Formats: sequence, structure tokens, C-alpha cells
Amino acid sequence: MDFTGAYTPDHLKFLFDGFLITLKIAVISIIASFVIAAIVGVIRYTKIPVVSQVFAVIVEVIRNLPLLLIIFFTFFALPEIGIEMSIEMAAIVALTIFEAAMISEIIRSGLNSIDKGQIEAGRSSGLTYVQTLWHIVLPQALRRMVPPIVSQFISLLKDTSLAVVIALPELMHNAQVINAQNVNFIIPIFILAALMYWVVNYVLSIVARRLELKTS
Amino acid sequence: MLDFSILTENWDMYIEGFINTIYISVIGLIGSFVFGTILAVFRIAPFKPLNWIGTIYVEFFRNIPLLIIAFFLFTALPTIGIQLDGFKAGTLALIIYTSAFIAEAVRAGILSVPKGQTEAARSSGLTYIQTMNLVVLPQAIKIVIPPLGNQFINLVKNSSILTILAAGDLMYQADLISTRTFVTFDVYIFVALFYLVLTIPLSTGVNYLEKRLAKSN
Amino acid sequence: MFKKKKSLLTVLLLAMLSVLMLAACGTKDDSESGSGSGSKESKNSLEAIKEKDKIVFGVKNDTRLFGLKDPKTGNIEGFDIDIAKEITKIILGDESKAEFKEVTSKTRIPMLQKGDIDAIVATMTITEERKQEVDFSDVYFKAGQALLVKKGSPIKSIKDIKKGTKVLAVKGSTSAVNIREKAPDATVLEFENYAEAFTALKAKQGDTLTTDNAILYGMVDEDPNYQVVGDIFTDEPYGIAVKKDSPELVKAINDALKELQSNGKYDELYKKWIKTSN
Repeated sequence: MDFTGAYTPDHLKFLFDGFLITLKIAVISIIASFVIAAIVGVIRYTKIPVVSQVFAVIVEVIRNLPLLLIIFFTFFALPEIGIEMSIEMAAIVALTIFEAAMISEIIRSGLNSIDKGQIEAGRSSGLTYVQTLWHIVLPQALRRMVPPIVSQFISLLKDTSLAVVIALPELMHNAQVINAQNVNFIIPIFILAALMYWVVNYVLSIVARRLELKTS
Repeated sequence: MLDFSILTENWDMYIEGFINTIYISVIGLIGSFVFGTILAVFRIAPFKPLNWIGTIYVEFFRNIPLLIIAFFLFTALPTIGIQLDGFKAGTLALIIYTSAFIAEAVRAGILSVPKGQTEAARSSGLTYIQTMNLVVLPQAIKIVIPPLGNQFINLVKNSSILTILAAGDLMYQADLISTRTFVTFDVYIFVALFYLVLTIPLSTGVNYLEKRLAKSN
Repeated sequence: MFKKKKSLLTVLLLAMLSVLMLAACGTKDDSESGSGSGSKESKNSLEAIKEKDKIVFGVKNDTRLFGLKDPKTGNIEGFDIDIAKEITKIILGDESKAEFKEVTSKTRIPMLQKGDIDAIVATMTITEERKQEVDFSDVYFKAGQALLVKKGSPIKSIKDIKKGTKVLAVKGSTSAVNIREKAPDATVLEFENYAEAFTALKAKQGDTLTTDNAILYGMVDEDPNYQVVGDIFTDEPYGIAVKKDSPELVKAINDALKELQSNGKYDELYKKWIKTSN
């Protein structure tokens, strides 16, 4: 173990650069996957014929596959059928598709947890179906969904590390580059990298718990 | 159209990976269930230092990537004289990671058993451990089964990271096939089917249990 | 109630906006790479490169002496890099017009085909299979496959690889295929890249690591506790790969390589990187 050799200013900067890429990819994927998941979740909840079933199948398939496979597939297999992306784009697309499938399930079950009687009440008081959804169901459901959705965001941030397999220069990748120089750097560098992931995720999990307390 | 000769010509390689993935997942499930339950009991035990250990463990390992744990066991431990091959390092990493989640699920299950029962058991002369084993855990398990099922599905999916440690799992075998045949698309579609054969029945089962549990409440 | 609804609306709007922006970025990327990869039949790849006035090379970032990323500067350095710079100097008149992107043995052909890079200079062996997918320049470096072991290892040559010997290799490399042919009893473990494979060897996850001797010398240079053993057991001629059916670009690169040979620049670079390690 060589902590002083491992924690040089150059190495720290290099790790931090990777950390910024990790955060960038995570934030973009979080936003994109949330929007897609909201649309898919609502469509499945409203049971629009055919569309709803098609989405159900797609979501079930994606949810039940390893993310690593989806990353490999996006980067190595899609070009064979003419869909080509840069490394960064492939990482974002793979993460977004996978997490959107996971989050859409949370949203759907959150919506389903709202008492059907409330919809009937809303309708009978003269609101349209969409108005009932928007004004009555969604605000209540959203509060229930927030904690599991934040947990999913934590998963997403951790999952960005898998993009190391397509050489995205994120935190995990940069840690490996430093580790390749000297075996004695491995332990200190991994400890530091783990702490960087941990700090962000721990803060997120505290936020999730606060929200949980507020809503219960 | 998919080229099925890829599947038939490399059938043995796929099956080898498939069996390895099942093997890893089953060991991982048993290991993380046992370890996760111990951690859950730690977290609610009437003894503060145990609570701290349980909490620190769960809060730390839930919030760092599985891959970093796996790489740590695979490449860092040998530098201090502990040698684990890719298979062992990967499976152990899965157990370390998953047990943090299982601990949380089991803890929630235990807490759902009314306090009065614990008190009644204790006052009728049972020790704390006996109370846990005979009264609380059997009831908690019912509530815990659906989230446990979800963790098992995650475990099967997460086992794919053993690929990166060259440990012979399903994903690794697929990678080898694709670098030999220069075909990627079809090879990955087939490997996806193998994963779905494992995970779809599991998630269907979990859904069913969740619905039944929701009804019975 | 009203306030809550409003904030909900804002969040959703913001989210949609960012997705739109993302989509916009995505299409911009596409159009760029589209024009970069040689606009179909109308223009050949050499003209396309001259037009955008830069060459994007795919290089290794983990291969000492050929292409290694220095964490201090973030730059990649090595024989491959210098060759690429000299070629750029001859074709475009200025070596600073060379750009570098990191590739691995597994990612380099897909990246070339999708137009992320114009050429691969990444310790890439010319093989018949690969010729189906890319065009190669003349040989710019003659390597051969060998074995790397920790000093004092009982493995002295390929004959010492017995049943159960763990041989480490890299996914998508010719050496992984070759070693299975030459030593069928070996247990071959394939990693994502050389950094991981060498880290695995150092972590005693294998008995020997196999790839081209040139790359192995780089590893010895990095850590003198390891040594290259035995004779080379394959020929691995390195070539520069470009997109299939770009004869003009191949010719320009070959002309540049010849010029480097005749003006002594090649020998100078060879001495700078390779000779020092032996």
C-alpha cells in the first residue's frame, strides 16, 4: 500500500475529472429516464389498448436483462444494424433505457395504489379523465413514488461504473488507469473512488428518507 | 433475421455460461440471505455496538458500485496476500453487496411483527435469540419474500459483472463467442434470451406473491 | 394545492426541455459523424480528411511504449502516437492536426466503421479476417506473440504451459485466439483491456500473460519484476487500419510511411520508444 504515492495532486485531479464525467452521465440519464418512465408509466396505467400491452412487453424484457448486456448491446451490436453512437451517447442511451423501464414500474404501481373511488369522485364532480389524473391522482401518487424513485437514481449513479467496459473515461475507468501503474496504488485509489460514490449516494439516500418521513 | 446457427454451433459455450450463472446466483442468494439476516438482527438487537456495525455496513455497501467491490476483491486483496480467483471474488462481491439490501428487507419484515409478541415471548422465558428464531423471523419471512425475490432477480442480473473478472459466466461466454465469430448482434440477442429464461419466471412469481400479499392485508 | 401543482408542472416542463436538448445534441452528433466518415460516394476518404483538415486516430491508452495515457497530463504518448503525428504532418502539413481517441482491441473496429475515428494506429495486427472489415496500410511494425511472467516463474517458453496453467489475454485480440491453438490445454482468461490483464497478472490471477512482445516489453519497462520469456511463436505485423474501400487514404498513408523510412524519422522514433526497453 502506498497512500502518499497514490494521492498525488495529478492522480487526485485525474480521479476528479472522471468523477465529473460520472456525474454528468448520471444527471443526463436521470432526467431522460424519468421523463420516458413517466410517459410509459402513465400510458400503462391508463391501459390504452395495444400501446399499453406493447409497452408492457418491452418494459418486462428490459427490466429482466442485465444492464451490462444492454450496454454491450448498445455499443457493439446496434452498429451492426446501422445505429451508431459515440461512447458517451451509448452509455447514456443504455442507462436511460434500463432505468426508464425500472422507474416506469414504480410510477405505474404508484398510480395503481391510488384508490379508484377517488377517480370516480373526480369524474362525477365534472372533471375530465385527464383532469382527474392530473389534479387528483398524480399529486398523491407522486408523493408515494418519490422515495423509490430516488433509490433508483442511486442505483443509476452506481451503474454508471459499468460503462468502464466501453472505455468511458468515468471515475471507475480513471481509477483503473492509475491502478495499472503500480499495484500498491490499488487499495488507496479504490478506497478514495468508493468514498466519492458513497458521498453522493448517501446524500441522495438522506434526501429520500426525508421525503419518506414527510409523506408518511 | 437471426442466424440460429450461431446458437446451435456455440450451444455448449452458452450452456456452460448458463450453468455457471445459475451456480453463481444460487450461491450468491444463499450467502447473502444468511449474511443479510444476521445483519438485520444486528441492526435491531438491543445492543448499541451491534446496531452501529449493522448500520455502517448497510449504509456503506448499499451506496457504492458493486463493480468497485468486485475489483477490490480481485485485484486489491492479492496485494495484501489474500488470493481469490475471478469466480470467488465475483461471487463474494455479489454476496457483500446484496446482503446490504437483504438486511434492509429483512429488517422491515421483523419490524412489521407487533412488539407485543416479542414482549410476550420474552416474558414467557425465551431468550432474545429464541424469540427471534421461533416467533419473529417465521412471521417476518412472509412479508420479506417478495422483496427477497426482487433481490434475487437483481442478483442474477448483477452476476453478469463477473464477465469483467473473466469468470466464465453467461455474459463472458457470449463475449467470447462474439469475438470468435465476429457477430455481435445475434450473439447478444441469444444471450438475452438465456437471461430472460431465468429472470422472467422469477419476476412473474414475485408479482404473483406481491398481489396475494396485498389481498391478504 | 395550487402551488404544488405549479411546481409539479415546472419539474415536468424542465425535464421535457432537457430531453429535447438532449435529442438536439444527439442529432448534431450524428450529422457531424456522418460528414466525417466520408460523404458517401461523392468524396473519397482522403478528400474528406483534407476538407475537415484533421485526422482522428484511434489509439490505445493502456499500452506502454505504443499508446499510454499519462494521468499527469491527460495526454497519450507512445510509438503509435508519434507515427500518427508524423503521418499527419506529411498529409496535412502540421502534426497538431492529429486528434486522438482512446480505443480498445474490442472497440476499435466498431468505432472506425461508425466514423468516430478515421484511422486505427493501435498495435493492430494485419489478419485476413480483419481485412474483410477494414483496409490496412503496409506493415509499420513487426511484432510477434510471446509470454510475460514474473521473474523466477517456472514458465520459460510456450512448452511449459500445461493443463491448468492460467494464461491471461485480452478480448478481441489475435493473441487470445493463437494461444488456444498453440497451447490447447491452457486455461485462457480474457479481460477487457491490457491494463486489467496486467493488473490481474500482478494480482497473481494468472501464471502468464500473452500478447505481442512489443506490448510485453512495455509492461517490463513499467515493472522490472516481470520478464518476457521464450521465442516469439507468431508473426504479428502491425498495420494502420482505415475504413473499408478507401484506397486513396491507404495510398497516402503508405506514401507517408515510405517517406518516414527514407528520411530516417522512423528509425529515430523506433529508437526513442522500442530500443530503450531491450
